[in-house]
Amino acid sequence: MNDKAVLSVTGLRARVAEEDLDILRGVDLTIRPGEAHAIMGPNGSGKSTLAKVVAGHPAYEPTAGAVVFQGEDLLELEPDERSQAGIFMAFQYPIAIPGVSIANFLRTALQARLGDDEELDLFDFQELLMERMELLDMDPSFAQRPINDGFSGGEKKRNEILQMAVLKPALALMDETDSGLDIDALKVVAQGVNTLRKENPDMSVLLITHYQRILNYIIPDVVHVMYKGRIVESGGPEVAMELEARGYEEYRIAHAV
Amino acid sequence: MPSNEVIQGLGLDDYKFGFVTDSEPVFRTRPGLDTDIVRQISGRKDEPAWMLARRLKALKIYESKPMPEWGGDLSELQETLDQTYFYVKPQEQMERSWDDVPENIKLTFERLGIPEAERKILAGVGAQYDSEMVYHSLKEEWEAKGVIFDSIEDGLKNHPELFRKYFGTVIPAADNKFAALNSAVWSGGSFVYIPPGVQLETPLQAYFRVNQERLGQFERTLIIADEGSRAHYIEGCTAPIYSTDSFHSGVIEIVVKKDAYFRYTTIQNWSNNMYNLVTQRALVHRGAHMEWLDGNLGSKLTMKYPSCYLMEEGAHGDILSIAYAGDGQHQDTGGKVIHVAPNTSSSIVSKSISKGTGRSSYRGLCKVYDGATNAKSNVECDALLINETSRTDTFPYIEIDERSASVGHEATVSKVGDEQLFYLMSRGMDEAEAMALIVRGFIEPIAKELPLEYAVELNRLIELEMEGSVG
Repeated sequence: MNDKAVLSVTGLRARVAEEDLDILRGVDLTIRPGEAHAIMGPNGSGKSTLAKVVAGHPAYEPTAGAVVFQGEDLLELEPDERSQAGIFMAFQYPIAIPGVSIANFLRTALQARLGDDEELDLFDFQELLMERMELLDMDPSFAQRPINDGFSGGEKKRNEILQMAVLKPALALMDETDSGLDIDALKVVAQGVNTLRKENPDMSVLLITHYQRILNYIIPDVVHVMYKGRIVESGGPEVAMELEARGYEEYRIAHAV
Repeated sequence: MPSNEVIQGLGLDDYKFGFVTDSEPVFRTRPGLDTDIVRQISGRKDEPAWMLARRLKALKIYESKPMPEWGGDLSELQETLDQTYFYVKPQEQMERSWDDVPENIKLTFERLGIPEAERKILAGVGAQYDSEMVYHSLKEEWEAKGVIFDSIEDGLKNHPELFRKYFGTVIPAADNKFAALNSAVWSGGSFVYIPPGVQLETPLQAYFRVNQERLGQFERTLIIADEGSRAHYIEGCTAPIYSTDSFHSGVIEIVVKKDAYFRYTTIQNWSNNMYNLVTQRALVHRGAHMEWLDGNLGSKLTMKYPSCYLMEEGAHGDILSIAYAGDGQHQDTGGKVIHVAPNTSSSIVSKSISKGTGRSSYRGLCKVYDGATNAKSNVECDALLINETSRTDTFPYIEIDERSASVGHEATVSKVGDEQLFYLMSRGMDEAEAMALIVRGFIEPIAKELPLEYAVELNRLIELEMEGSVG
């Protein structure tokens, strides 16, 4: 593991676009290559907002601070440019695109990474897709289904992992990937992430979650507790265990206004 | 063969029109329309007396019918008609030079990757089309089977009995104002006859014929698919059709006889100044199957409702349509299915996309006559709105006079949402690419029915259109 940060967030404040109240109120966070960080926190603490601001969701507006990704000022980039720079967000609620197959979608996403005069070779793509699906132990017919259209919760999340596997990001933001999954689906998804991390030990992960249980399968290097728009505690996996045991009560008291 | 009276007796007087393309005036009649001009047209074509009589009668009907007040805005159409040249001699239509074609049209052709020779045809300046050789060998094959695939003028000249037997029987002049107009001044179009039992694998493409003389502003097409035959006719293309005209009104008549199958595919992309008022209708007989696959892009206003008259037991009709309304355009399109006989079935699937200030209206009619027992019809219309300023309306007319009929109607309107766009952009596509992908997915159920080259062109066209929708 080297010391150069993949993602460095400093003093980040952000709000819902055109609203007055900041949801993020000064977030500092540094993620190095290959590290897995988990951010836990109660509802409304701002943990999902952090992931969305990093990915460039247009509904959120940074008001202060900086986000630097591999040396580049991320806040200056459009969401597609961030993706091409190596950021991937696995959505909490993946969106359905009727009539567009997963394969077609991924081909378009890869084509977008090439120059205008460069055409993605269809056979190369097909090979890559099959190889990635095999890696994740997925049935090839899955790629022919229209994206998230009529998918179960588990299928939607697996689709996110497949996309991650094809796009090979440097940083994966996982926004409450575990929500709504039963334990079997959770295991499958976590296994997928671990497979990708094993394949590329430099891939970093920022895991947003309510619950400790996913951290049994994706072992974080660092666990942060977010409360009212700030990271109020950081530590090893033991932080998550303690949270699970004690809840957020002590933060509530400590940060009562 | 149902007679004119039967058709007229169906009492569906008001809404339907016919099809078309463009011309550059070199030799032409003077602007406006009167009996003298109709005589000139007929005379130049060296027509038999009965056709001239038909034309003159149609002119009277045209003059007597008021401008329709439903559908799109036709309030400025009369002015356009007063300035219209109703007949332009075909050969001379080709004499426009490539230099006259506006740069933006040339650029679009280039970006669509349309071959040079084809670009010129599309722009109305080319004389020959590379596929002439292909056409000739196909033509020999067709002729050996007794298939007739001619210009409408040659059809009248070379097959007078057959022509007279069917011409105007599907869409009588009195059907509507623009059918009457077309019946008075028609010029150009195809005459197709498929003999009993003949099955054609290769589609009949109007393209192949167009090098002879370009489709007219008042195109007229007559197709007869005889008993047990099977064929597919393709007309139009997705590239923008450049024209100095601003009014087109065609009539497409199709007769699908017992147990025959016929598919008519058309995709048109008119320039933005065009009124495109079209009547296309098929009479479908016992156990026969008709499919309209209809794509409307461009134009200022298109009013076009392909229809299937299910005249005899077991007849089936399908209408699939896509409409795209860009800034300032109005696509008033849909389909009509008329169930006259028992055990007839039909389906309409209509998809529209409106962008910018574009407006699309679905207008459809499902009519089931008393006695058309167990008739089944299903209508599905879906609208996609790209921008806040885009508009869509649905006008489904359903008239059922038969208790045992079963009719379904489903309509959806969706908007391209920020969340959808963000999802795609977070995978690396820019906004235009994301938009295009959503639109492509939306029309996929219809696009997959198109011949491959059309589907590819359509996709590219949508990409180009979406580039303009961003920002």
